[in-house]
Amino acid sequence: MAVDGLDIEIEEKTIHSVIGPNGAGKTTFFNCITGFYKPEAGEIFLENHSLVGLMPDRIVRLGIARTYQNIRLFPDLTAIENVLVGMHAHLKSSYLGIILNTPFVKREEQEAEDEANRLLKFVNLETKANMLSKHLPYGDQRRLEIARALATRPKLLCLDEPTAGMNSGETQAMCDFIQSLRDDLGITIMLIEHQMRVVMGISEIITVLDYGKKLAEGTPDEIKRNPKVIEAYLGQGSAAQSH
Amino acid sequence: MQTKFQRWKESITATDIVMWVIGFALLVLIIFGSILTLRAGRYTPVQWFDFVIYGLAQGSIYALVAMGYTLVYGVLRMINFAHSEVFMSGPFTAYYVAAYFYRSSLLESHPVICLIIVFIVSMSISTLIAFLLERIAYRPLRNAPRLIPLITAIGASFTLMYLFRGLYGTGFQAYPVWKIFDGKWALFQGLEIGKMQLFVIFAAALVMIALYMFIQRTRIGKAVRSVSEDKEAASLMGVDIDKTISITFIIGGAAAGAAGVLYALVFKQVFFMMGFIPGIKAFTAAVLGGIGNIPGAMLGGLLLGLLESIGPALFLDGYNVVAPYQLKDAIAFLVLVLVLIFRPTGLLGERLAVKKA
Amino acid sequence: MEQIRAIWRYGIKVGIIGGIVLVLMALIGMIEVFTQRQVIADIISMGHALYLAAGLFICYMAAKRTTPAKPLWIISNSIFAGLTTAFFLVLLIILGRNVNLRMMFINASDLLLNNLLTFGVEGNSGILLLLYVGMFTGLITGCFYLLPKIVRTVILWSLAGSAFAGVLQELIRPILTNNFPDAISEWLLTSDGLTMRGALSIFIFIALAIISWSIKGAGIKQGWQGLPKKQQSTWRTIGTIILLAIILVAPWRLGLFMSEVMTIVGLYVLLGLGLNIVVGYAGLLDLGYVAFFAIGAYVTALITSPEIMNLNWSLWAAIPFAIFFGILAGVLLGVPVLKMRGDYLAIATMGFGEIIRLLVLSDALRPFLGGSQGIGKIAKAQVLGFVFKGPQEIYYLIIAGCILVIFVSWRLKDSRIGRAWKAMREDEDVAQAMGINLVSNKLLAFGTGAGFAALSGVIFGSKIGSIYPHSFNIMVSINIVCLIIFGGIGSIPGVIVGAAALIGLPELLREFAEYRFLVYGIALVVMMLIRPEGLWPEEAHKRELHKGNAKEAPG
Repeated sequence: MAVDGLDIEIEEKTIHSVIGPNGAGKTTFFNCITGFYKPEAGEIFLENHSLVGLMPDRIVRLGIARTYQNIRLFPDLTAIENVLVGMHAHLKSSYLGIILNTPFVKREEQEAEDEANRLLKFVNLETKANMLSKHLPYGDQRRLEIARALATRPKLLCLDEPTAGMNSGETQAMCDFIQSLRDDLGITIMLIEHQMRVVMGISEIITVLDYGKKLAEGTPDEIKRNPKVIEAYLGQGSAAQSH
Repeated sequence: MQTKFQRWKESITATDIVMWVIGFALLVLIIFGSILTLRAGRYTPVQWFDFVIYGLAQGSIYALVAMGYTLVYGVLRMINFAHSEVFMSGPFTAYYVAAYFYRSSLLESHPVICLIIVFIVSMSISTLIAFLLERIAYRPLRNAPRLIPLITAIGASFTLMYLFRGLYGTGFQAYPVWKIFDGKWALFQGLEIGKMQLFVIFAAALVMIALYMFIQRTRIGKAVRSVSEDKEAASLMGVDIDKTISITFIIGGAAAGAAGVLYALVFKQVFFMMGFIPGIKAFTAAVLGGIGNIPGAMLGGLLLGLLESIGPALFLDGYNVVAPYQLKDAIAFLVLVLVLIFRPTGLLGERLAVKKA
Repeated sequence: MEQIRAIWRYGIKVGIIGGIVLVLMALIGMIEVFTQRQVIADIISMGHALYLAAGLFICYMAAKRTTPAKPLWIISNSIFAGLTTAFFLVLLIILGRNVNLRMMFINASDLLLNNLLTFGVEGNSGILLLLYVGMFTGLITGCFYLLPKIVRTVILWSLAGSAFAGVLQELIRPILTNNFPDAISEWLLTSDGLTMRGALSIFIFIALAIISWSIKGAGIKQGWQGLPKKQQSTWRTIGTIILLAIILVAPWRLGLFMSEVMTIVGLYVLLGLGLNIVVGYAGLLDLGYVAFFAIGAYVTALITSPEIMNLNWSLWAAIPFAIFFGILAGVLLGVPVLKMRGDYLAIATMGFGEIIRLLVLSDALRPFLGGSQGIGKIAKAQVLGFVFKGPQEIYYLIIAGCILVIFVSWRLKDSRIGRAWKAMREDEDVAQAMGINLVSNKLLAFGTGAGFAALSGVIFGSKIGSIYPHSFNIMVSINIVCLIIFGGIGSIPGVIVGAAALIGLPELLREFAEYRFLVYGIALVVMMLIRPEGLWPEEAHKRELHKGNAKEAPG
């Protein structure tokens, strides 16, 4: 699976979806942005920082957070601990400070806990803060993963198929939730999906990938009418019919 | 090209640089030591030849044991820590058969038949232990997180080691001597080769080739290979996974049992902890060759044997290190660590030690 | 027909396994060695208790596995399991009469085969007796299995308790004689084992305790939870103070032998807590941990001993150096293994540990490190003329070390750094994607663990007086890993429980020393198979919380 000659620009405070059939290179693209893969050529910028070659932890600190297609929480940590881990980069307690339990550390821990609780409340998990994350139901795990990503205080949040494995009701709730992330918190969101109908409702801009190449880009309406997209999605036969 | 180089430069971290400095320093030390030793001319060519032969004999034993590690790693992706006890159990049990032959002077009159029987006993006991080990300790944990089978394996290794200690006692038992292996054959120009070493090399090669053929040619062997490629796919194709894994342990056990007798013949003694060091060495050999890769295990075994027998003299003697042979094991461990650090894929293997998501 | 099949499947098959296990137990000499210690004086020895307990366990398994669980089937299967097991032992005895088993099995003595296995009755009547015992064991176990659960629990725990008391006389005797009126110890103990009346009193005492707890326990628990937070914490503080007081006076109330045992356990607690940070928190399986222990001890030896360097500094001066070099070594050996995972990391660290030991052992470095002769005359710690000399004094050093290390582990555990470690343990890639710097956090874990190990190395060196490379072999590393896993990986009380069980118990049972590693091995395997989270798992308190929360917020 590879991504080739891709050129995407993401506007601040938009919901930008990247869609494409399975194997189109969507997740690879994500992994390049978040530093898990190193692109062989090309550049990635966040505001004016180049991201290529940086370790994933540096990239998070610069403000890009992500979730995973197949939820990857820390299973044996509680929900609130998961969120607190997300805040790691913004906490400053030093090793010695922790052992001596300095007032600064105490205050910081208290603030961190408050913020974590606030985030849990935001994703409707405040009553389950002390449950091990592996014991949470599926939908809660999805939302907890997003809360954990939010805890890193991202400018850009990359969601990898957040509605995978959900029924239509749950999917709708998730879409509303994603919209509220942007509206209430002002975070730019990049959304990976392979279901067309999920992204149509909530995205401002959609980029369609196929075989690692950009097939089309535009507003949902433009995409809907783009013959290349129809061809890629519905196969050769139906494209021929539409001609 | 320019950008590629820059990118490469950017991706280097401080730890990489530290590692390269360490690696480079070691390399310089080794080369310099070898030059010093060779210039001092402390060893004659005959001695070097002896080192090589001993190394090959030792290495072929390692190679046999390494096959067990590699095969099991192939199918289960786990380090079978208890394989060293599989290696010990066979020859330790067969010792009592050999001792009986020796007392009844059968050994004197029919040495070859006795040897074959000792081999059969040793191989069957090792095979049995390997089979039971998988059934009792490993099978229930097949889907557990990776640390758990490893710890189970350590526990199983202890259990077996001390079970045999309880059964057969703590002492070193002197293996009977086969007179047919005494003496040397003269080659040309004063070079000689010990009959024992020659036998070990040939016997090990024979067993290895037989097992290799078994894995490459037979249907069961193909099942083993398919399971190590992709368990799910193999199971979809109708391969019985449980049976195949058992067979893998059996093959590894047979190889270890044979290797154990060879080891006992060379070192002329057995005891309950005899498996530990050769076990780790064989594992090193498997890693060196590329774990999961059968020809790799053979190559790794031979290389490690050579390194161990030549290494102390070649690398250390030049520095006037006192008693360099005491550091033989340290060299083997160093090789293990270096391979894991610099080339976890081994010489012929795929990259497994550092796995990305 | 069906019943016959059930007998074969659940009775005889289990009996065959049990028979093999018991034959092995006999052949490795366990039963014979253990008969030297009496559980109840002149009535039953530890060997026979173990022998019977194993038989009971086998029959119990047969009863438990029987499906469908019809009473008659359970009893018959249990009887058949007992008989089959006895049959195997009979075979062993008959074999032993005709062949000299000692040629091969060093422990297959005449005494064992013709006397001990048959409960002291020799000849053919002994064999008959053995078969009868097998049958009755099965019958009793089968009937026992049919009793209600609460009765079973009471009987089992009470039996286990009295057996335990008998086995651990060495521990109980000094406690009783030093702290209580003589009448109690005379009532309970003879010079060799419990008295019959003692065993019975312990049995009844435990039974009553269990019964009363099962009646009143829930109420007490609720009462405790009903208390206001503040009161709870005052009670907790009082409890801690009492515990500390007991710990502080313990060596003088328990005598020299127990103090020695406690110092050994304490050293392993120190080591275990250090490795717990590396293995339990950060999830990095380090099998070369003993190297840092060795570094601590050798640095101490070099600095304080008149041999080799002839510096003759005091022990207090050595501590910072030892810890510094320990941490340095931890970080330096950590760098090359940063990218390795799981079992590869374990093997590489084990390689490092062995390399260090082999280097210390070698003649090449003898002028600097003493080679196989080791280094002697290590200084003892002194404060204002008080010398930490014997086990009773060293004990306080170790307790101080333990408190320090427990304190540090506890602080780190739920801090920013501890959470980062736990996240790495759970999923390294995701941890990195959440902004955790793997390099610095891994090195912090290695460094902290190594520092603790070096500290225990200092105390160990000073306690022993002279150190040898043999004290630092891989078995120590494996022991520590075992006790951590046994106690519950990542859990501070787990380490203490693990050290007490795996290090303390074998020290108390001298006969046991022979089989220590065998039992370790079996314990590890069984633990991984049935209870991988350990005796005192880290998450225990969280599970409770989890239950509480689930009630509040269903769904």
